[in-house]
Amino acid sequence: MNSDSKKRIIVAGFGGQGVLFLGTTLSEAAIIEGKNTTWIPSYGAEMRGGSANCFVTISNGEIPSPIFDEADYGIFLSRAATDKFENTVAKGGLAVINSSMTGRKNLRSDIECIMEPLSDLAARSKEKMLLNIMALGILIKKTGILSKESVIKALEKVSSAKKPEFLKFNIQSFEAGYNLQKSTPNKVLEKIGC
Amino acid sequence: MAKILMKGNKAIAQAAINAGLECYFGYPITPQNEIGEFMSDEMPKLGKTYISAESELAAVNMLIGAAATGTLSMTSSSSCAIALMQEAISAMATAEIPGVIISVMRAGPGLGNITPSQGDYFQATKGGGNGDYRTIVLAPASINEAVELTYKTFYLAYKYRNPAMLLADGIIGQMMEPVELKPFDLKIPDTSSWEADGVGEGIHKRPFRKLVSLHMQGDDLPRLNEKLQEKYRQIEENEVLYEEFMTEDAEILITAFGTVARVAKSVVAQAREAGLKVGLFRPVTLWPFPSNELKKAASGKKVILDIELNEGQMLLDVKAGIEGACPVELLSKLGGEIAKEHEIMEKISELEKKYSPKKAGAIC
Repeated sequence: MNSDSKKRIIVAGFGGQGVLFLGTTLSEAAIIEGKNTTWIPSYGAEMRGGSANCFVTISNGEIPSPIFDEADYGIFLSRAATDKFENTVAKGGLAVINSSMTGRKNLRSDIECIMEPLSDLAARSKEKMLLNIMALGILIKKTGILSKESVIKALEKVSSAKKPEFLKFNIQSFEAGYNLQKSTPNKVLEKIGC
Repeated sequence: MAKILMKGNKAIAQAAINAGLECYFGYPITPQNEIGEFMSDEMPKLGKTYISAESELAAVNMLIGAAATGTLSMTSSSSCAIALMQEAISAMATAEIPGVIISVMRAGPGLGNITPSQGDYFQATKGGGNGDYRTIVLAPASINEAVELTYKTFYLAYKYRNPAMLLADGIIGQMMEPVELKPFDLKIPDTSSWEADGVGEGIHKRPFRKLVSLHMQGDDLPRLNEKLQEKYRQIEENEVLYEEFMTEDAEILITAFGTVARVAKSVVAQAREAGLKVGLFRPVTLWPFPSNELKKAASGKKVILDIELNEGQMLLDVKAGIEGACPVELLSKLGGEIAKEHEIMEKISELEKKYSPKKAGAIC
């Protein structure tokens, strides 16, 4: 059903974790690469309970519905988000999970799960780190759905619209997430001061 | 032109400003709140009027007042609150006042839920106001089209001096996608002569004029109705908009509007790959409904599959339009649920079997 060029991503967590910001960055980076994209947030009743999520699609062609049942990738920043959306990731898909908040071991075996203690890394780091953008770095490095350069340009754009002073933190968080897979975790942790 | 990532509600609001909007009146309701929020930021900066009304009733009556003077004005709201505006919409149609209403649908009935829906097709096209009036209704299927149709809504409202509505589902309002904000290039008639120019003195300079919906004298009301009906015929004649996608050789024709139509369009492509001859007919103006064009498209088809996020409200116009040219089946989703690609595909396979002639040699 799903053509190769189309990628569907669910980003979920709770309000304040930068879930919608992360999704917007993905969509902005897609536009920078001349791709088509849709982004739709949860705006329903669940939002009022403190949870936040958005559905992002990136494609070379037309995008039928911005809402989907099955995602290629998931970024889950909280326990509630993991519990709710874990099963929406398609078989063989990828989930980037904030293990600091998930506290679960028995995740699905038919998808790849990258579990990183993002909240702890962010809290313990000497430099200010943003867990949402670290997760974005991990996703981009692992999947290559968008280039690193496009995402950094998108961060410049989205940060300048909201909080320009956060650009530096966003970029260093992205780099930290992006490099987390490359070297052994301990070395990266040392590098960011954990 | 550069594409920018924009939420549907904001794009609609920006399009209204591009069209020359002078006054915005509104009262908050999800899923269209970004329109009011955007207007409250932008209109004062432009030296234009933003009023946060005390209720939807107040907002729509402010719209009557401002539009009656020829001032480009609008209100925006959703489902259960558009319901409150029906009396005023009938009054505007009767007094021939060009009010623009943006309706971003949520799921009903009643207060319902803020999830997306198309449950207000009847409300928009048939109206909850009294009498033989019509509202021009345009339904976008993308944010780019929402911009284009917002322009068109203003243009048609003023061209025909009639209330006109942009009818979007909650998905169009809430989603973001790349948008090209083309400049407004339609010509809105000059209304400067409509301005109030002083009681007493004005009537010595020009004929007496009044914009009312009460007509108690002699045969005023029958004549007014005839005039309105003549105008509605002209609109039906000249302003129909629709999109056809692979309809010509199709055996199964899908009818759908708004977001559902874009889901259907992708299914048409999938069905074609699977060797099934499926096409899509998408009404863009819901009133005037493209009856003649649909009838033509339906000719010789095995079946029409009408897909809506309601219990078949447009279905009635589809059936009336095609005048029995072929059978019509419905796929409906209610209460905020969305029609998914695989569900549409399954329905198509089911219809393909149901409406194929029985194989030769089958003995019953």
